[in-house]
Amino acid sequence: MIEVKGIHKNFGRLEVLKGIDFHVAEREVVCVIGPSGSGKSTLLRCINQLETVQQGHIFIDGVEVTNPKTDINALRQQVGMVFQLFNLFPHKTTLENITMAPIILKGMPKEQAEEIAIGLLRKVGLPDKDHVYPAQLSGGQKQRVAIARALAMHPKVMLFDEPTSSLDPEMVGEVLSVMKDLAHEGMTMVVVTHEMGFAREVGHRVIFMDEGIIMEEGSPVNIFDNPQNSRTQSFLSKVL
Amino acid sequence: MAITPYPMLFGATLWEKLTAINGFNVVASNWAYFIEGGLVTLQLTVLSVSAGMVLGLIIALMKMSRWRLLSSVAVIYIDFFRGTPLLVQVMLFHFGILPIFIDSGPFLSGVIACSLNSAAYVAEIVRAGIQAVDRGQMEAARSLGMNGSQAMRYVILPQAYKIVVPPMINEFVMLLKDTSLVSVIAVMELTHRGKLLYSTTYEAAWVWGAVCVVYYIMTKTIAMMGDWIERRLATE
Repeated sequence: MIEVKGIHKNFGRLEVLKGIDFHVAEREVVCVIGPSGSGKSTLLRCINQLETVQQGHIFIDGVEVTNPKTDINALRQQVGMVFQLFNLFPHKTTLENITMAPIILKGMPKEQAEEIAIGLLRKVGLPDKDHVYPAQLSGGQKQRVAIARALAMHPKVMLFDEPTSSLDPEMVGEVLSVMKDLAHEGMTMVVVTHEMGFAREVGHRVIFMDEGIIMEEGSPVNIFDNPQNSRTQSFLSKVL
Repeated sequence: MAITPYPMLFGATLWEKLTAINGFNVVASNWAYFIEGGLVTLQLTVLSVSAGMVLGLIIALMKMSRWRLLSSVAVIYIDFFRGTPLLVQVMLFHFGILPIFIDSGPFLSGVIACSLNSAAYVAEIVRAGIQAVDRGQMEAARSLGMNGSQAMRYVILPQAYKIVVPPMINEFVMLLKDTSLVSVIAVMELTHRGKLLYSTTYEAAWVWGAVCVVYYIMTKTIAMMGDWIERRLATE
């Protein structure tokens, strides 16, 4: 579903990604872990072209994202993204946050979009929060609305950029459980995360990144219980 | 000068004392003259602010444009109008530039000069407002598949609007006061009327005092309206 081939990315003189290759199969959940500054968020943002790469190619469902001729807006409609800081639209209610993109981009009638949105709110466990503004929600609730907003476009892939890193500890669980449900439904997911428990339990594959390269990659069991790379070992010894 | 006294309001003795002062009589018998001047000032300001807002928004978007030519034109425009005195701009346009194109009277010249000047300030207010919207908002909108102008229209501008209101009210008040400069080209606005009345009566304290009072009433009213709008936006 996602194919990343030899990408390099630098911000000015700082090289953040130094040749990344990986792929994500359909219905696969890939968790990307690693220390801060290792380039994992940048990698995720390159996949939907919030960052452009200097070198290399990225394909989503056979379409080259990195080709300037690709209609990136149409492609992004198929790639949902969830941000660390939620980025809900504060001037819109939760329902409007979810219906906005389908109405504007797909020309969906308002009633139909709202019906879908209410279904999604139920799915993320917030059925009674439809007419509430984001400021009135807790962090965990905001992030669940953000997931619903991304799902409203019926994406083929979901990208999660540290979705629980800015949450209070007691709210992490509610967001992870929504993500777990999504994974069980067969959604293709790339999750940049510091939640090792989630990566181990839900991830089909774990990628360990450091200093802009993929140091080690494998099944959760291999990475967590039997890491081969010394960097992976020292990172895991600090976080586990 | 025939003045209708208001004994119920002031009391007979106070009124007698006041009417014994020449400056008071000058102001009291010319109150309509001041009010009319205030209305001209208000017209000048409202027209200039409205035109300035439209032009300012265009210049702000030009300045943020990726197209170098557009942004350079906007930068030069803003630099010129903010970097030179409005008084000089008024004279430049009225005596120097506008006569080449149109036969404009002082009022129209005043409106044009003030509009062009205000647009430069509005452009910076709008640009600051747009850039004050969190970067994540644009990213969220784009990641959903909106193009740049859809994201601007549905996500960024509605949020920038709230940020821009207070400095825009401030610009309104500033411009209202700055329109006094068009008295230099003899627009019959408040300050010019003050000059004329002063030059025939020499009652500086009373005449200029009255001019101040009329300006103050107008700026205070605008500020209060601004507070009301801000409160309403805050509760939305």
